[in-house]
Amino acid sequence: MDNLLSIITFIPSVAALVLAVFLRGTDEAAQRNAKYVALLATTASFIISLFVLAGFDPSNTGFQFQENYRWILGLHYKMGVDGISISFVLLTTFLMPLVILACWNVTTRVKEYMMAFLILETLMLGVFMSLDLVLFYLFFEGGLIPMFLIIGIWGGKDRVYAAFKFFIYTFGGSIFMLVAIIAIYRVTGTTDMAGSANSGGLLTHRFNYQTFDVLGIPIKGGLQTLLWIGFFISFAVKMPLWPLHTWLPAAHVEAPTAGSVVLAAVLLKMADYGFLRFTLPMFPVGTQILGPIAMALAVVAIIYTSLVALVQQDMKKVIAYSSVAHMAFVLVGIFSGTQQGIEGGIMLVIAHGFVSAGLFLCVGVIYDRMHTRDIAAFGGLVNRMPVYALVFMFFTLANVGLPGTANFIGEFLILVGAFQVSTWVAMFATTAIILSAAYALWLYRRVVFGDLIKESLKGIKDLDLREKFIFAPLIALTLLFGVYPSLVTDLVGPSVADLVNDVTAAQAAFDPAALTAPMQH
Amino acid sequence: MLPFIVLAPLAASIIAGFGWRYITERGAQILTTAVLFLACLLSWIVFLTFDGHTQIIPVMRWIDSGSFEAQWSIRLDRLTAIMLVVITTVSSLVHLYSIGYMENDENWKEGEHYKARFFAYLSFFTFAMLSLVTANNLVQLFFGWEGVGVASYLLIGFYYRKPSANAAAMKAFIVNRVGDFGFALGIFAIFYLTDSVNFDVIFPQAPVMGDTQLHFLWRSWNAADVIGVLLFIGAAGKSAQLFLHTWLPDAMEGPTPVSALIHAATMVTAGVFLVCRMSPIYEYAPAAAMVVLVIGASTAFFAATVGLVQNDIKRVIAYSTCSQLGYMFAAAGAGVYSAAMFHLMTHAFFKALLFLCAGSVITAMHHEQDMRAYGGLRRKIPFTFWMMVIGTLAITGTGIPFVGDALFGVPLGFAGFDSKDAIIEGVWGADGAGYAFWMLVVAAAFTAFYSWRLIFMTFFGTPRGDRHAHEHAKESPLVMLIPLGVLGVGAVFAGMVWYNSFFGSHADMTRFFHLPHSAEASAAASHGGSAPTIATTGDVSPGTKLADEAGSAEANVPGFGAIFLRSENHAIENAHAAPDWVKLSPFIAMLLGTLAAWIMYIRSPALPGRLAEANRPLYLFLLNKWYFDEIYDAVLVKPTLAMGRFLWRWGDGVVIDGTIDGLATRVIPYLTGLAKRLQSGYVYTYAFTMVIGITLLVTWMTLSGGAH
Repeated sequence: MDNLLSIITFIPSVAALVLAVFLRGTDEAAQRNAKYVALLATTASFIISLFVLAGFDPSNTGFQFQENYRWILGLHYKMGVDGISISFVLLTTFLMPLVILACWNVTTRVKEYMMAFLILETLMLGVFMSLDLVLFYLFFEGGLIPMFLIIGIWGGKDRVYAAFKFFIYTFGGSIFMLVAIIAIYRVTGTTDMAGSANSGGLLTHRFNYQTFDVLGIPIKGGLQTLLWIGFFISFAVKMPLWPLHTWLPAAHVEAPTAGSVVLAAVLLKMADYGFLRFTLPMFPVGTQILGPIAMALAVVAIIYTSLVALVQQDMKKVIAYSSVAHMAFVLVGIFSGTQQGIEGGIMLVIAHGFVSAGLFLCVGVIYDRMHTRDIAAFGGLVNRMPVYALVFMFFTLANVGLPGTANFIGEFLILVGAFQVSTWVAMFATTAIILSAAYALWLYRRVVFGDLIKESLKGIKDLDLREKFIFAPLIALTLLFGVYPSLVTDLVGPSVADLVNDVTAAQAAFDPAALTAPMQH
Repeated sequence: MLPFIVLAPLAASIIAGFGWRYITERGAQILTTAVLFLACLLSWIVFLTFDGHTQIIPVMRWIDSGSFEAQWSIRLDRLTAIMLVVITTVSSLVHLYSIGYMENDENWKEGEHYKARFFAYLSFFTFAMLSLVTANNLVQLFFGWEGVGVASYLLIGFYYRKPSANAAAMKAFIVNRVGDFGFALGIFAIFYLTDSVNFDVIFPQAPVMGDTQLHFLWRSWNAADVIGVLLFIGAAGKSAQLFLHTWLPDAMEGPTPVSALIHAATMVTAGVFLVCRMSPIYEYAPAAAMVVLVIGASTAFFAATVGLVQNDIKRVIAYSTCSQLGYMFAAAGAGVYSAAMFHLMTHAFFKALLFLCAGSVITAMHHEQDMRAYGGLRRKIPFTFWMMVIGTLAITGTGIPFVGDALFGVPLGFAGFDSKDAIIEGVWGADGAGYAFWMLVVAAAFTAFYSWRLIFMTFFGTPRGDRHAHEHAKESPLVMLIPLGVLGVGAVFAGMVWYNSFFGSHADMTRFFHLPHSAEASAAASHGGSAPTIATTGDVSPGTKLADEAGSAEANVPGFGAIFLRSENHAIENAHAAPDWVKLSPFIAMLLGTLAAWIMYIRSPALPGRLAEANRPLYLFLLNKWYFDEIYDAVLVKPTLAMGRFLWRWGDGVVIDGTIDGLATRVIPYLTGLAKRLQSGYVYTYAFTMVIGITLLVTWMTLSGGAH
């Protein structure tokens, strides 16, 4: 089995193809079959990804399970995973079966809906495994299309506006990365990240950082800075980073529940992955020069979006803005360039994957029943839905970073890392523990607590078995990683340590003075 | 044994919370209560047999990230042992009491199940509190810290239909988070400086921190002082100290047993515990210690003034708690950590007693909490009355000065007499604590006043308010009275029994807290207490006893005993040598306060009304708690929300969507206008176009890119 990664990646697409070719009709049986095929394919992908995990050697910081084929037009199809990417891969394969289960009640264009998610899974997995820049770009960009369709076809009232906004923002951002990729190819003659026995890949390539002039303006850090900016804009839109974030609340609000789940839990993480895989190792000097600006934007984002989340009237918007804040947290961790910050960032990526999924599903549960996301339409749900209240409470508390959940580990390590770089950043970022408690508990209180007086809610039903089944694994893993995070940190630790060492060494070569001991005795 | 004490309440909580359908609600009550009594018994065994040597029991790996390492583990030293008995004793009694108190709760409808949930929360709280006090690193401590915060949030909001309860729960959590903000930064700073969050490593480095400058925000500070202040912000949040106290009175929305357990005896003392636990750092952080002292003493005074005029029986006790916590902080800030812990312990007994008595009164009076509707209840509920009198004698610090010291070697009096006097004398003995000393003495007078006022208004005079309620007032059931009796015993004797161990005798303290034996040796060690000492004592492998007999270094090394006292810290010696007027001053203050209460509420009951009328602005100022809530609402809450709305409407709406979208604002409406007319089939077409587009781009790039 040399092609495990490709198998994981393409099982969903093959299933989509099967649906397209063989499934006929739109009656209930056909719809059910479509769902079962999708569930089966995503589950199979997940199980096989566990085999990859079992065969993975965390102490080896190189890329494992590599595949390399010549492809069309002289391009290379090259895949592989290291400790960092495998955690993103597993997050995706783990969540997708739950996402499929979450669409079980959809009745419009079910076959196409399933196909969209299946193709999306392939593209997302491709992003996390590609070891070739062009391949990465194809997957990265390709993911836009199914998501665009999911929002645009199965979304809410303003779905078309939201879908186009999503598309224009992310596509606009990607143009910059494309330019950067072309430039890289021009400079190095390769798009291979990992290299092979006889030639080093881009990850070990030292891009030029001699200052040069562009239109008379001297660019510190030269080529590295420019390339860094190209990648950064693309990822900043995807993440999304303030002030490029407004597409996300719009997209979340209009997207169907399952779409929101994928968007928050996986799609946004492509940007974090991009920072870790490309920005940090390829442009360490660019990071050194511009990283502080990124962190400053992230700090603004954390406070700004937390404040905005506080005053929302739409449940999904609260969670969407909260997502923006959490992603900014991840960015702070990554750009701290410390072991704790980066591991915390990865931990929060995973934790946020579980918890934002859980929260969007919680909204979905009552949206399915009441067809509104307006907070004011609810209140007192605990009286009729005790299990739901418990589940929602769990995710709310996890979202505010309660110790014992994976979110705490992530946020805490990020802040530990940030403090070593800048006490200002740490201080401002830490205010999030106050603000997140405020908006999350305020949302919960208005929706769940209180007396149930609204006539429309009197008949509302508690979670059914399917819904419980979706929530259970999310809760279990959030707790497990909170109590025993070594499951994650052992996996990613060596790769992260390697990354930190490489980046630090490269930065020291550029400006040794900037890296002397920060402690002033 | 220790893992059982900590984890059994968690297990009981899970079973009660999720499995009560299988074991019935009664079963859940009995299970949790029985487990807590067992844990209590074991805790007392641990406490009484403990020899003072620090033990560390590793439980499991937790966080491992580069050099950042935190384990799940259990640290047993004297501080932990004290907290273990305090927590499990009060918790088990509160569990027992709650069986009676929660039996017929009028907040719930017929057939609603709430009891198992209540007991599950109580047990969960106990687990979180135990994991806090047994932590061997700051992160586990933080875990427990936030865990008790959640339990508190859930229990304050237990009556989830009441908007006031929900508001109070949220307020408690958020205000606590403000404190946690400081606490978290303190932990980051400690890790930054010592590369560790484990006490064994941190404590020996305290002297280095005291000599280190840390660049924090805009300037350099003394590292120990920064850390001390940051940690104290956390402590002040949890322990409701001035400026972060506003949540505690509102927390009285929770059921009364909750107030007794969480908001009087245990959780709110976690801040005091934290400061005592970090005594090595505070000993090298004089400025931070001064902050603790001043805030503590000010809180003791402030809360006592507010307590003078409150009419809700639980709020009086809540402000009293706030005030007593101020005493403990004042002691810790003055460097008399042992006195702080002493008062923490005695206060747990008598304050839990007072709250549970109040609960008994409230039950008897059909959930009426306004003391103006009480009166003359001593005949209706005599046992509660006598127990509450005992609690009041204890909190006011009633005793006989000098006689006991001469005859038995301990002051003869109720628990609060011994511990509060220890604090006041200790603060007097500290350097530069004149302000704090007088604040505490005045607060002692106020304490006596409001405590006796409570007794007089409730149990004496003629019945006021609803006649029906008074006629039907009857004594609580036995399950509620037994805990009162047990706590009553503690409120009487706890002070005299442990006075010498905590404060009175140098030899006893040395043994009790495992302090170094000779002051001379310690003086030598603490001056040279730098790198070499750290190397030897910092290297402690888990599961073993701390290497504390390192030859000549029978040394005053931070982290050696449960608390650390610098050799320059002479507060306790000074306190022992305090002049008689100092030792007598709290007693006299107590007498004056009691007398004033007697005059105003027994002899001439019309006097309070006249006084309030004559000093109306002052009265309103006190009645409205110095207007803290109003000020915070105007200065913090409203502007924050306004800022949120501004950023949303203007920032996101106008600026970002207006300009960054600027290019797109013309494009998007055009496209959407177009697309709305199209069927979704055209969306597929559009998507297909995208695929083509991307392919073309890549192709162009590849072809123009040159040879591979």
